[in-house]
Amino acid sequence: MAAILSRVRHDTYPKTDNAITEPRLIRWLLILVAISFLGLFLFMPLVAVFVEAFKQGTKLYFATFEDKYAVDAILLTLKIAAISVPLNLVFGLAAAWVITKFSYRGKSLLVTVLDLPFAVSPVIAGLIFVLIFSTTHGWLAEPLKEYNIRIIFALPGIALATVFITLPFIARELVPVMQAQGKDEEFAALTLGAGGWRTFFTVTLPNVKWGLFYGVILCNARAMGEFGAVAVVSGNIKGRTSTLPLYIETLYNEYNGVAAFTLASILSLLALLTLVLKNFVDWRVAKSRNNQDLNLSLFTFPPFTRPLAALPHEHPCPQHP
Amino acid sequence: MISNTSREDTGDRPIPPTSVPKRRRERINRRVIPGFGLTMGFTLTYLTLLVLIPLSAVFIRTSGMGWDDFWKAISSPQVVSAYKVTFGVSFYAALTNAFFGFIVAWVLTRYQFPGRKLVDALVDLPFALPTAVAGIALTALYAPNGWLGQFLYPLGLETAYSTTGIFIALTFIGLPFVVRTLQPVIEVFDREVEEAGASLGASRLRVFFTIIVPALIPAMLTGFALAFARAIGEYGSVIFISGNQPMKTEIVPLVIVKFLENYNYPQATAVACVMLIASFVLLLIVNILQRWTESIGQARS
Repeated sequence: MAAILSRVRHDTYPKTDNAITEPRLIRWLLILVAISFLGLFLFMPLVAVFVEAFKQGTKLYFATFEDKYAVDAILLTLKIAAISVPLNLVFGLAAAWVITKFSYRGKSLLVTVLDLPFAVSPVIAGLIFVLIFSTTHGWLAEPLKEYNIRIIFALPGIALATVFITLPFIARELVPVMQAQGKDEEFAALTLGAGGWRTFFTVTLPNVKWGLFYGVILCNARAMGEFGAVAVVSGNIKGRTSTLPLYIETLYNEYNGVAAFTLASILSLLALLTLVLKNFVDWRVAKSRNNQDLNLSLFTFPPFTRPLAALPHEHPCPQHP
Repeated sequence: MISNTSREDTGDRPIPPTSVPKRRRERINRRVIPGFGLTMGFTLTYLTLLVLIPLSAVFIRTSGMGWDDFWKAISSPQVVSAYKVTFGVSFYAALTNAFFGFIVAWVLTRYQFPGRKLVDALVDLPFALPTAVAGIALTALYAPNGWLGQFLYPLGLETAYSTTGIFIALTFIGLPFVVRTLQPVIEVFDREVEEAGASLGASRLRVFFTIIVPALIPAMLTGFALAFARAIGEYGSVIFISGNQPMKTEIVPLVIVKFLENYNYPQATAVACVMLIASFVLLLIVNILQRWTESIGQARS
């Protein structure tokens, strides 16, 4: 309520009130500084990828896709994403449900553990699985050798490392959305006699669909682009355990710049698509929510810059018009 | 505000809130929404198998080393020089991000100019762009014969294959953390306070430094800490542009990878242990800073 009032009053302020803004010259100077900084550090690298990829014409650009190893790398990357995204999707839904729908002790500890993969260096994320599953130095070396199971330097290891790195993404996007939604609608469904699963699929899931969608595209982008963790566990065997980012490194180190940047341009397109979808979801959510008293922006890109542990357990109910 | 709380309570339970102690109400609440056992069990199993047990491997392996070996492993000259590079350059990169990130966040939330939405969307690029792609793209720009390098090298600025190169990569990946932490705080900042300052005769500069900056410091520190935490673990974008000269431009994650490639698992694990502890301390600091930011936000509204 208070927030609505204050927002209304805000909007009645003229946008360029001289007393509470900077002189025009300073404004333009600051805009210039901001844009040059972003241009130098963000925009130019992005442009460089595409220019370097097409440096020797479209023919050579498309010739890269005839490379058998490049196709293998793309297929492996798709496979890894197809394994890790669904796993973390199921986990994300379960974790968000248990974090937002119940009260119990130790919840903030649970959230902290959920955040750990964000805090760990990708290289260490790979190392931990080597320490367990390596057939020479791992904890499980003996049984793995006995049954001839390969995890490190093979697909399962890459999948494990990727699942670890992308584990928090979907849960982190779902928690604030479910929290803002509250529990009233679930209570209503249950009172009317719906079972748990039916309540989940017909009430909860439709309510959080945009958060879920956003979590999935984020998780997918990271799964396909992960480099450090995968580099440690994969062994980078061409055509077998070389994912797309690893194969880009190989090509780059072989001084095959055009091919490296060609494959990099695919991943850049994926990144751009992720940004476009992110802004689309933001826009959809803003549209469906503009009457409600939810001051917090539900979608900020890095899930963990949002202070989740510090969020109040119960949100004020959205004000329905 | 009052209507909110009462609404919450009646919506919560048919039981009158005053007659049942809080703890018991929670237990009843737990039973009404189904699936507690299933989701809690699944979540805990998943986290234990994929996060807790693997991470504990580092500590358990290290604890088997003995103190002397551990100390020798984490204080060899190569490792110490890598700490210096990683922590030093990460600090300067995070500082640069705190400064320019503030300007970017300020400009994006307070000013209107053509293309603002597009620029705003672009800020997220380092999160979405795979680190290996960022690494080769930055090298293409800043290498001696690169787009910008060809102009910078004659001026004596060795932008690639030096600590400057590492600085550029770490600045790239850390920028969104500062901008995205500051933006919402600037957005909800109460402009009436600024107006009050101005109406009492303070100049814009004075209002800025005595009213706005103090209010934004917690968020700025949070952004700084997040960018720093990300920078110390970064691998993919750095290794292409750093040149990886031993004792000069090696970062800690690269040193760990090199130990692994030489099958020197104990030393890799010991150094990883140090970095994990550093990361956990930073995570703790970030949490404290975020609570501080929140409390300022709540005091204001």
